[in-house]
Amino acid sequence: MYRIVKKRVLNPTVTLMEVEAPLVARKAEPGQFIILRVDENGERIPLTIADYDREKGTVTIIFQIVGATTEKLNHKEEGDYLQDFVGPLGKATETKGLKRVAVIGGGVGTAIAYPVAKKLHDVGCHVDLIVGFRNKDLIILEDEFRAASTNFIIGTDDGSYGKKALVTDLLREQIEAGVKYDRVIAIGPVIMMKFVCQLTKEYNIPTVVSMNPIMIDGTGMCGGCRLTVGGETKFACVDGPEFDGHLVDFDEAMARGAMYKDFERHAYEETCNLFKQEVK
Amino acid sequence: MPNMSLKKNPMPHQDPVVRAGNFQEVALGYTREQAIDEAQRCLHCKNMPCVSGCPVQIHIPDFIAKVAEGDFEAAYQIIAQDSALPAVCGRVCPQETQCESKCVRGIKGEPVGIGRLERFVADWHNANATEKAARPASNGHRVAVIGSGPAGLTCAGDLARKGYEVTVFEALHLAGGVLVYGIPEFRLPKSIVQKEVDGLKDLGVKIETNAVVGRSITIDELMEEMKFEAVFIGSGAGLPMFMHIPGENLKGVYSANEFLTRINLMKAYREGADTPIMDLKGKKVAVVGGGNVAMDAARCSKRLGADVYIIYRRSEAELPARAEEVEHAKEEGIIFKTLTNPVEILGYNNPEDKRDPKNGSVVGIKCVEMELGEPDASGRRRPIVKEGSEFDMDMDCVIMSLGTSPNPLIKSTTKGLEINKKGGIIVNEEGLTSREGVYAGGDAVTGAATVILAMGAGKTAAKAIDEYLAKK
Repeated sequence: MYRIVKKRVLNPTVTLMEVEAPLVARKAEPGQFIILRVDENGERIPLTIADYDREKGTVTIIFQIVGATTEKLNHKEEGDYLQDFVGPLGKATETKGLKRVAVIGGGVGTAIAYPVAKKLHDVGCHVDLIVGFRNKDLIILEDEFRAASTNFIIGTDDGSYGKKALVTDLLREQIEAGVKYDRVIAIGPVIMMKFVCQLTKEYNIPTVVSMNPIMIDGTGMCGGCRLTVGGETKFACVDGPEFDGHLVDFDEAMARGAMYKDFERHAYEETCNLFKQEVK
Repeated sequence: MPNMSLKKNPMPHQDPVVRAGNFQEVALGYTREQAIDEAQRCLHCKNMPCVSGCPVQIHIPDFIAKVAEGDFEAAYQIIAQDSALPAVCGRVCPQETQCESKCVRGIKGEPVGIGRLERFVADWHNANATEKAARPASNGHRVAVIGSGPAGLTCAGDLARKGYEVTVFEALHLAGGVLVYGIPEFRLPKSIVQKEVDGLKDLGVKIETNAVVGRSITIDELMEEMKFEAVFIGSGAGLPMFMHIPGENLKGVYSANEFLTRINLMKAYREGADTPIMDLKGKKVAVVGGGNVAMDAARCSKRLGADVYIIYRRSEAELPARAEEVEHAKEEGIIFKTLTNPVEILGYNNPEDKRDPKNGSVVGIKCVEMELGEPDASGRRRPIVKEGSEFDMDMDCVIMSLGTSPNPLIKSTTKGLEINKKGGIIVNEEGLTSREGVYAGGDAVTGAATVILAMGAGKTAAKAIDEYLAKK
């Protein structure tokens, strides 16, 4: 069992949890993920590692409440335990030799972009951290982002904070202003990563994306997390989760990601109803 | 005077129509009377050909003699000397190609039902034995076992019985490996696997779940930091193989590993399970492949309410699955399309509406007919495509059951561990790898094979580890 040592609500649908998992914390690197189960009947869900503290033996996860499992997870409080917490899984972000990088995060994906930006920033790389949210109320981790970047650029879809622009517009501005990037790292909704990649392809900037497909074991056994990269089948759990964004078949990834949408919606509603009854 | 009946005592089964709608065990097991009667068919041949057919060399005629006497606990103790998992093997071993294939009674008539007797004895012991195995005194040596499938559990059990301090590292949240994620409940109830695992814990074996060797911890760390003197790698099958035909990543295409893991490990078939699986009620499912895993996937699909087709490129005679699994599948109404090979999985595409949720879902499978040519390297006649034989079948789901390639995590994080072209770990006849003190066995070495072969490899390695550490 894995104890939750800290819980922080970042916005109405996004929560941060710091979990005691010494074996995972010992090895965790930016770009890697964990798999957890909330309780004995729980499904295995992958979540990217948002931060870690090797000395305390803790790992931080940030999740958005999107379905039954994340809803259940969000009902856990500090001091409660999670049934299972395994990792670190996947390959770590490659940061060697990078001098100037744009790290792009969208929505809750920004939480995953954060440790990557931080690591690059720590090793002396010039980091332009470009993040986008739908509106001001959904913004998370702004102080952390500022501390982990050389240049922090924020936009909202409705203009309620920062520029009224999408992350792709903000990135284009930088490129057109003459900034030369060794690499762009995009982490967020699949659709956002797709459009970032379309843009960087125009300018021939190497781009890495972090894929978060449906997974079960996460250790290279079930093959559920497969995607097409450069015409070949790859497995996000062992070959990724980061891939060359110019080679990923995003449309296929989006279709596969929606495979259990009906089930998830139904399960989510049922879980919410259960929690409502408890409150009564 | 032996029982000279030419036929085995038939195995009582759940009715095919009933069982196709539930996940309870299909074969119900012999009664006490049936077991004694069957045991009396054994001729107790002096040269014991059956034993030579068993990968772990169980003293078969000896345990059968005890069954005939009605001393079932004594029979169990004889099996337990050589097999760590009798209740499992009695259910999933391919006896027809092993012990029973060598039985003299099989020359004229049916061989002795050795597998059925083994199962009876193990079940009797599990239901009736009260004494726990005594925990042996520790010899102070520490051994790490990676993976808690049949190879790892066997190796751990053999070493623990000799007094080694064994810790098993399991990547998943539950011990048992393929016995819990792969083989379905109706063929191997999970309570039986749990009993076997508990038995090992009684012997002092520690099991660490949620520990991914190659990620959470490496083999070098196990040996240098955690002071394990020897390591056995039984990490099992890795990534599923695909055919590399168009449409394999459509929604509704599963690998057998994923499909079975959702059902067996995550219990997705149960009402209220958190893990989803495609709703297959009234749907059409094609399972591609002819091995035991394909039969398991097909029979699970049937239990989820689907019309199920097995698509296999050779003829029925070449099906690699156990004969009993094929027979059970047929009884349950699964249709075999042999000498058939898929060339494309067909998907739905609405050009009018890119947001149509059905886009990218499986709607059918395009196949060709095959015929058998000259024997190939495997000794089986090679399937050849019949010109112009292409045809389509409507399908809602396709399950690829074509085998697996070994997991890449350990080899990519262990320096000096040699692997072969197919990704399997290279070992000598004792199970020793290219690294001193590191042994391996099971699917991690051979690629997808059977439970009993993995157990045999675990046993061989345990013996070698014992000899190695005794010398140290």
